[in-house]
Amino acid sequence: MLTRPELGSLVGAIAVFCCFALAADGFLRASSLGTVLYASSTIGIMAVPVALLMIGGEFDLSAGVLVTSSALVSSMFSYQMTANVWVGVGVSLLVTLAVGAFNGIMLARTKLPSFIVTLGTFLMLTGLNLGLTKLVSGTVSTKTIADMEGFTTARALFASTLTVGGTHIKVTVLWWLALVALGSWILLRTRAGNWIFAVGGNENAARAVGVPVTRTKTALYTGVAFGAWICGQHLLFSYDVVQSGEGVGNELIYIIAAVIGGCLITGGHGSAVGSAVGALLFGMTSKGIVFAEWNPDWFKFFLGAMLLLATLLNTWVRRRAEASK
Amino acid sequence: MTRTDSRTALVELSGVSKHYGNVRALEGVSLEVHAGEITCVLGDNGAGKSTLIKIIAGLHRHDGGTLALDGEETRLASPREALDRGIATVHQDLAVVPLMPVWRNFFLGSEPRKGIGPFKRMDVDHMRRTTRAELLRMGIDLRDVDQPIGTLSGGERQCVAIARAVHFGAKVLVLDEPTAALGVKQSGVVLKYVSAARDEGLGVVFITHNPHHAYLVGDRFVLLKRGTMAGSHTRDSITLDELTRQMAGGTELDDLRHELQRPS
Repeated sequence: MLTRPELGSLVGAIAVFCCFALAADGFLRASSLGTVLYASSTIGIMAVPVALLMIGGEFDLSAGVLVTSSALVSSMFSYQMTANVWVGVGVSLLVTLAVGAFNGIMLARTKLPSFIVTLGTFLMLTGLNLGLTKLVSGTVSTKTIADMEGFTTARALFASTLTVGGTHIKVTVLWWLALVALGSWILLRTRAGNWIFAVGGNENAARAVGVPVTRTKTALYTGVAFGAWICGQHLLFSYDVVQSGEGVGNELIYIIAAVIGGCLITGGHGSAVGSAVGALLFGMTSKGIVFAEWNPDWFKFFLGAMLLLATLLNTWVRRRAEASK
Repeated sequence: MTRTDSRTALVELSGVSKHYGNVRALEGVSLEVHAGEITCVLGDNGAGKSTLIKIIAGLHRHDGGTLALDGEETRLASPREALDRGIATVHQDLAVVPLMPVWRNFFLGSEPRKGIGPFKRMDVDHMRRTTRAELLRMGIDLRDVDQPIGTLSGGERQCVAIARAVHFGAKVLVLDEPTAALGVKQSGVVLKYVSAARDEGLGVVFITHNPHHAYLVGDRFVLLKRGTMAGSHTRDSITLDELTRQMAGGTELDDLRHELQRPS
């Protein structure tokens, strides 16, 4: 029971919830719930594939800016080609997945640490986002595409708000829940899930029994790219214009959510549900501080403390698991 | 040798060589593995034992000599291909993923599945039950097949790996120093499963530097020294004393004894 990866973060989440329920007047209101869930979902959608990748033993530092790249490609392609926005959305999916596959293939070919490979992609994408946007639009943000065909339907899919029992829930929460369910299904019940645990836990052993290591890791990077595509489209269709410099630093927040949720930073252990709890902790803390009218400067302090606590707990769990090794 | 030459060997290496750049790791090594027999490969550290394993397991390609499976000359492209041809290798330290549950380890790389299309999933119940049953057959009674395999003892982990190979219908079992890191009692347990695998009709390649362990179970003995073959014997052509002597350095040891002799 103690080896459940999300247990520690769940205890933490309950503690944080109780803390803000007492300290912040508005925290328990239904409208606040919607706000907290929304903040959690934008992190959580990415935390699921990032957690799977971490269980598979790798990092993706390009995940944050890839979200922006995905939104930019979608917007600019639609605008420049004056096509239906759905064409842009589709092209964006292909481009984003290609970047993910690039990360995976580079990792396999160069055998460099993923930290270096994706740091390279991160910097290149940051430059491309700014450079290409300025080249195409003349400014650092994209042109509005709100009057284009297909915008309303795309917005409904990626950025609409549903009302459930008086609470406004953003559609991203549904995407998030679906991804958590899908991630859990893959990890716990499919062959691919077995391979993910194995390549992260002991890559050589996995290779020796015939697990396709390169294919598994490339698929994980494409998974992160898929998450980035959803987040990117949400960004585009909720704000209509995209700032090309956004997204930098978010990659660490996704990683933090996964680690707080019980993923071992060295791979081989973790869960999709844990990443969701990590994202929820993030959402509760960031919004709870606002509701409690505390100085938001404290947010990062809490985040750091939670990260340390979670990592200590995880390390302790792993020592127990490998005690007789 | 004439006793078994009439049958085709499961694995037959003749004059196999392997170079890493300018380094000669293996030169002109020959050995045979027959069904229901144990071929022991003995050698000191750096004698080329692990290179030999990697060639049989499909991790490395040999660059000289021939490798024949069931009499058919071949060159193994990957560990997957070796597995598909019935060669299962239990590596000394990379046999298992410590953090994964026993049942996930047992089926790793060959997971049974049920369902169709997007609902295709691992048959988890079957996997848990089979793991438990197969381990029980080898005399390991696990309370919980969900525990991480890293919590098992070294001997138990070797046995899980052997049970796995037997379950998946391997014809040839390659064991890399299965008793190296174990105590006397655990070594005995592992040797029992090695002979159990032999009795099930598998051909076994048993790599070791311990002639006592080798002589307990072995039918053929191949001695490696600095990448070359220093001797090849069948059980009836060599005694344990002679094997131990050759393993310990043979004539070199005699010279050494002479040098170290106390003045009387």
